Amino acid sequence: MTVRTHTAQDAAAAEAPGTRPAPPAPGPAQAADDWHDHGSPRRGARAARPAPPVERKRGAGRTPVSLLFLVLTALLVVTTLTSAMIGQLFIPPLEVIGSFFRGLGFTFSWLPAPSQEFGHEALWEVRFPRVAMTVLVGAALAIAGALMQGIFGNPLAEPGVVGVSSGAAVGASFAILFGFTFAGSFTVPLFAFVCGLATTALVYMLARANGRTEVVTLILTGVAVNAVAGAAISFIVFKAPTQAREQIVFWQMGSFNGSRWEQVSIILPIIVVASLLALLLARQLDLLALGEKSARHLGVNVERLRIIAMVYVALLVSAAVAFAGIIAFVGLVVPHLIRMLIGPGHRALLPASLLGGSVLLVIADLGARTLVEFADLPIGMLTSLVGGPFFFYLLRRSRAAPGGWG
Amino acid sequence: MITLLKGPRRPSPAPHGTPLISVRDAVVEFRDRRILDGIGLDIRTGEVLAIVGPNGAGQSTLLPVITGDAELVRGTVSVDGAAWHAWSGRELAMRRAVLLQQVDVSFPFTALEVAEMGRSPWANLPESQHDDRIVAGALARTETQSFTARKYSSLSGGERARVALSRVLAQTAAAMLLDEPTAALDIRHQETVLTTARQYAQTGCAVVVIIHDLDLAGAYADRVAVLSDGRIVADGTPEDVFTAPLLSHVYDYPVTVVPDPTTGAPVIVPVRTPKEETP
Repeated sequence: MTVRTHTAQDAAAAEAPGTRPAPPAPGPAQAADDWHDHGSPRRGARAARPAPPVERKRGAGRTPVSLLFLVLTALLVVTTLTSAMIGQLFIPPLEVIGSFFRGLGFTFSWLPAPSQEFGHEALWEVRFPRVAMTVLVGAALAIAGALMQGIFGNPLAEPGVVGVSSGAAVGASFAILFGFTFAGSFTVPLFAFVCGLATTALVYMLARANGRTEVVTLILTGVAVNAVAGAAISFIVFKAPTQAREQIVFWQMGSFNGSRWEQVSIILPIIVVASLLALLLARQLDLLALGEKSARHLGVNVERLRIIAMVYVALLVSAAVAFAGIIAFVGLVVPHLIRMLIGPGHRALLPASLLGGSVLLVIADLGARTLVEFADLPIGMLTSLVGGPFFFYLLRRSRAAPGGWG
Repeated sequence: MITLLKGPRRPSPAPHGTPLISVRDAVVEFRDRRILDGIGLDIRTGEVLAIVGPNGAGQSTLLPVITGDAELVRGTVSVDGAAWHAWSGRELAMRRAVLLQQVDVSFPFTALEVAEMGRSPWANLPESQHDDRIVAGALARTETQSFTARKYSSLSGGERARVALSRVLAQTAAAMLLDEPTAALDIRHQETVLTTARQYAQTGCAVVVIIHDLDLAGAYADRVAVLSDGRIVADGTPEDVFTAPLLSHVYDYPVTVVPDPTTGAPVIVPVRTPKEETP
């Protein structure tokens, strides 16, 4: 009696003619030959067919991933440089670069220092921290959006769905209303951060039943919690004295005005660590696109993946909105755009969203600072104003295309 | 910690006929209604097992029992010699691949990307060096190579079913469980899919097919289990199980069984009245 063993690896591979190494190795390859030796009525026909080349075919109409990363990186450099150049005081690009390296301790003789008085100080104390905040927040919001859409298997999901932003807004409004200052100027951001995390946890726990969470339940619970949060904010605004009311309203519209290095140093580690950890989830998020059951059959612990991803989303978004306030649509639109360009694979989508979010928000902030002279527009208003119609356009476009989203 | 250090436990090689998944005395209830009642079933290596039965007999509950997804009121399911929950998700994925009846993909992944997802249990292991070869082989078996660059969501039902099957083949698990793999397929692809299933079993793996088409079950299965009212009423070779009295009783419809003119496999023909006599 012949004893054959599990050799499914060879079983599946055997049919790629021409790709099998010749001469066949002993052992497992023996079983591979069984494919041909046993009862296939169409064996002759198959043998006659030419070998399919094993090549990496890009999806139809997709941009090469490396090209997108190249373009996004270039865009990020150009937009941050432009943003640092433009303001009440125009500083030429070479002087910006010179000042940048000088501040880091490298002096190159061929790079000029800012010629205007206080040019160097203006860059390092006002513009650079603001650009750094913008880059970080944009990256955090976009990758959080991509994670969210991945775990919900729905391109319409965004971090707001699970109440991160509205929870943070409640926390910030609360701190402003009562004028808490125990943590100095970081009190409001601290409240926003903690309440953002807490609200996400609350939504998750409320949606959980029998150790499992249904996506629809989670989203609807989010709707309910968002409604209550909205009411809480309204009440606080209603009760607040005029000055606090103004502050609350402006916090909710989002702004990078007054960004400082201390703020950067607080959110930088949170956003960098959470983003890097999120990149490790990419493969599992891909599998989740097959549905929960099939993902589980491929070895994904779906429930654990959801919890981990939601913790990252809560950290990223809470950190992002803590200082900058609510900035909508970045998390929704950026992953969407990237997916249209390079396809939905999360291994490329997540890092590309980081870059894309930064680029988009740097451009938006430049607009907020410069569109109206002597006014710093609320950036959240700007992103919603442009993002809303653009999203509608995407919606129409992808619904018209065969196969939907893409 | 041990799995972290040693990596996942691979399926151990086993001779033909070894039970790979064993269901013992499984009882499943849904709100007081008993759906499966004392199921005992061995899924053995080197064998195609077809599970047949009338609508509502419990096939769609039996599959999650075998995969370890259903909650049992009573009974056990063991995989590769241990209770199914003794394995990690990834270790289970090395032991059983599952093709569900309908698989939707929520983002515009291409057919090739979907097929490649089958390789994920082997990621970062030595086995993954053959990923490209295995995926190409799986696509060739299902005759889907020509549309690998197309979006899965833009494919027809039959094309999707075949791409989903190539994903399951690419997983190269020790057992392959297929829930109605032929439902959306034309006659040619029905035959090739079951031929593929047979060949998969012949390499020493186990194959389970839940299927409504009794002729296909009779032609391709080594063993047939007939499910009726949540119980297995017959379990044996198609020749032994597919008898006119048993099938007529189980399906509550008179049938006759005739041998296939070329292979001798049982072909099930419902007893029909000629057209002109139809009341």
